[in-house]
Amino acid sequence: MSRFATNYGMLGVLLLICVYYSVRTIEDQHPTGKPAAKFLAGQICASGVESAKVVIAIRRTEDESLFAETLKQLLEKNNIEVVDTVTGSPLDMRNALNQLIDNGRTVNILATVHGNAGVLENIKEKIPALSEAIILVPESHRFPTFLLRKNLLNVMNQIAVIAIVAVGMTMVIITGGIDLSVGSLVAFSAVAAAWLIRRAGGGEASATAVTGCCIAAIVLCGLVGAFTGTMVTRFTIPPFIVTLAVMQMARGLAFLISEGQPIHQIPDSFTWLGRGAEPLFSIPYAVILMGIIYLAAHVMMSHTTLGRYIYAVGGNSEAARLSGVRVYVILVLVYTLTGLLAGVGGVVMASQLKSGAPTFGDMYELYIIAAAVVGGASLKGGEGKVFGTLIGAFIIAVNNNGMNLTGVKSYNQYVVLGAVILGAVLLDTLKKRK
Amino acid sequence: MNFSGAGDGQKVLVSMDRIDKSFPGVQALADARLELRRGEVHALVGENGAGKSTLIKILSGAHAPDSGTIAIEGKVRHIRSPIDAQRAGVAVIYQEFNLVPMLSARENIFLGREKAKLGFVSRKDERRHVEELFARIGVSIDPETLCRDLSVAQQQVVEIAKAISIRARVVVMDEPSACLTLQEVERLFNIIRDLKKHSIGIVYISHRLEEIFEVADRVTVMRDGKYIGTRSIEQVNISELIEMMVGRTIENEFPKVKASIGEDRLVVENLCRAGAVDNVSFSVRAGEVLGLTGLVSAGRTEVARLIFGADARDSGRILLDGKELRISSPREAIAAGICLLTEDRKAQGLVGALSARENFALPNLARWSCASFIRQKKERSVFAKYIEGLRIKVADQDQPAGNLSGGNQQKLVLAKWLESHSNVVIFDEPTRGIDVASKYEIYLLINELAAAGKVIIMISSELPEILGMSDRIIVMHDGRISGEITDVADATQQHIMELAIA
Repeated sequence: MSRFATNYGMLGVLLLICVYYSVRTIEDQHPTGKPAAKFLAGQICASGVESAKVVIAIRRTEDESLFAETLKQLLEKNNIEVVDTVTGSPLDMRNALNQLIDNGRTVNILATVHGNAGVLENIKEKIPALSEAIILVPESHRFPTFLLRKNLLNVMNQIAVIAIVAVGMTMVIITGGIDLSVGSLVAFSAVAAAWLIRRAGGGEASATAVTGCCIAAIVLCGLVGAFTGTMVTRFTIPPFIVTLAVMQMARGLAFLISEGQPIHQIPDSFTWLGRGAEPLFSIPYAVILMGIIYLAAHVMMSHTTLGRYIYAVGGNSEAARLSGVRVYVILVLVYTLTGLLAGVGGVVMASQLKSGAPTFGDMYELYIIAAAVVGGASLKGGEGKVFGTLIGAFIIAVNNNGMNLTGVKSYNQYVVLGAVILGAVLLDTLKKRK
Repeated sequence: MNFSGAGDGQKVLVSMDRIDKSFPGVQALADARLELRRGEVHALVGENGAGKSTLIKILSGAHAPDSGTIAIEGKVRHIRSPIDAQRAGVAVIYQEFNLVPMLSARENIFLGREKAKLGFVSRKDERRHVEELFARIGVSIDPETLCRDLSVAQQQVVEIAKAISIRARVVVMDEPSACLTLQEVERLFNIIRDLKKHSIGIVYISHRLEEIFEVADRVTVMRDGKYIGTRSIEQVNISELIEMMVGRTIENEFPKVKASIGEDRLVVENLCRAGAVDNVSFSVRAGEVLGLTGLVSAGRTEVARLIFGADARDSGRILLDGKELRISSPREAIAAGICLLTEDRKAQGLVGALSARENFALPNLARWSCASFIRQKKERSVFAKYIEGLRIKVADQDQPAGNLSGGNQQKLVLAKWLESHSNVVIFDEPTRGIDVASKYEIYLLINELAAAGKVIIMISSELPEILGMSDRIIVMHDGRISGEITDVADATQQHIMELAIA
């Protein structure tokens, strides 16, 4: 049990931060969409007014359309008359309502979401025939905005790219190395994929073509990783220097390939990976991918010979060599894997933003390294857990999200993030010293 | 306290009394004591884990005792940090020297107490002081030489000079002769005798009992953290000492059992590596223990590393059971059935950050993995057998290997290689820094391996060990073989030394 605490102690810090932001973002939640419709339907039916004549008023958003549809269905199922649904701007609503009144319809309930209540109040004042009508909105309740499912899933989706690449970084750090080129490789991968997709038909490219282009971009990044690994092992150049150089070259190549402009000729369907979510629980596909990668990495590091060898090389590479471990091969493999994962990150990002730009992934390497170090990986080498890095990534993401929700100014956010990273590592060091 | 030995004329320099010290889970010292007189060399002996290091660390301020008193020259001192110890006049020379390799001898000697005016170091004054010191000690070392360019023996001299320079009254030496050649040991003893003349008290910790009889005046024995007794060196002999250290009599120090020796299995021809090994050829037969010895830089470890593939050979052939081996990495050597137990087990033999079990498994993973998935249950049960068979003391299998004591680390390394079922086992200083009982167990193990028809090469600087356990001896000098002794029974330490120095 104490070993779990040493390895995953950062979980406590993460929970603490979550609790803090939950408390700080408690506010009135005004439901929309399907759940809101269900609420309101329930309210209306419960009031037992059989002679209700309901007009549903909404703005032209996806959420509110869903709300209107669902509400209409539910009300009609319960034999309550829905006179009409008025959509659009306040003026549109007013005109539509006037139209209804002029046609002789009676309206005694105006159903809408909280955001439109004020508008309807105004309209009521202007239309005498509506003075008896009541405006009904779904009840709001107090709940931390931070903990809303929509928010949490959003947080995870935003950190997905950094988290995915951080898996590779964890392994590199465990071997006692570092890889500064990952941010540039994310851009390089996104640009390469977009460029290839554009050549393969741009917005009209087929699904197979798009998949092929993405795989090519990922493989390319893997090759760059292999190059890095070879430089580190064969020529014993410090990883810091090699990856610094590769960082520059990759970023430069990204600018060259894209000619400095974002490439946006990508089919709309491609965004399923970066923006889409599975139907059942609305978990974004990018988050699912992140989960699969972490699971696979954890199994590899804890239960396979390769994982053992990685820890051995990081702990004492000479002793490992004298015990028969192929140190060079392991190191090249680790850097190649990191390149591949950066490639995957770039593809996900291109999918999220429906474009490939050479400015992607700016400063990502710092966040990625921070995630690994906060998660418990030691820069000396030999120590670190994959799921620890996930916790580290979440700490960064949750903190950023929390600061946004609580209105911390963006300049202050930099300072706070730096302080949180330092604090987390300090805590970990003090704990380990005991 | 009742100490035998010389009369009251000698003043007591250090008196440690009723010292208790415990660490989580372990009582390191219980009612330990030590009395050091001015101008005496007082040996401190005991098995690994007896508490010698802990007692010395308390004297030097590295640890604080749970209870007990320390008195220096009659005054009770509260030594809570190394600075307190230094102020009290105590200097300790550890096995791993405390020198900064990138600084010169002079800078190291004056580290922390530079002769400086307004922050500018007065190099001339320091240099003069150091030259006088070195002259007094009887060595000629340029004070400006960087410590990393000095030999081990020279570094030790720098440490001693530092101790004299800070006017230490008490000098503690922890295994000082471990890395020295016989000549250098003699020179060390001369320095020690000179220190004695200046009324400096010396605590001398060593496993080499013969040395103690040569240089010490009195000896204190510890066992299991307790004080066992103090004797004057004239009034005790080796077997009595061993009995006190171990608590029982050890009949046979070297339980050599000659195995039935078969045909040549390992043949080494014309091994060369520039600067280290020069045209070395020899062969070893099945069941034979070949003792390989010589001075510290004679090339013995280098030969072993060439056979094991740890270094690249410039030329030469290695044949095992008639087949020529193409070995260019330790991995290939292990696959061919050769293993090497390195000299430096901490830096080269084990990965400290990994657990004991993971270290044990490192070269043997193929045995219990399927498609690179490790079957942890099987791994645990195999390791458990070795823990029992070799009596390795671990809190649990997942304890980091770096936390084990020296003797247990060596047993762990042994377990690792035994499981690899190698046919050629090369031991490089297998019993260095290990207590008497564990040494005995290792010798028994060597017997077993020989009886199983394996080839054993034992590299050692301890001549009694070489003479006690080898079937044949090869002596090296300067990268070359200077002699071979086939009749071990009639060989003498003298003869081996002659070949080693030749």
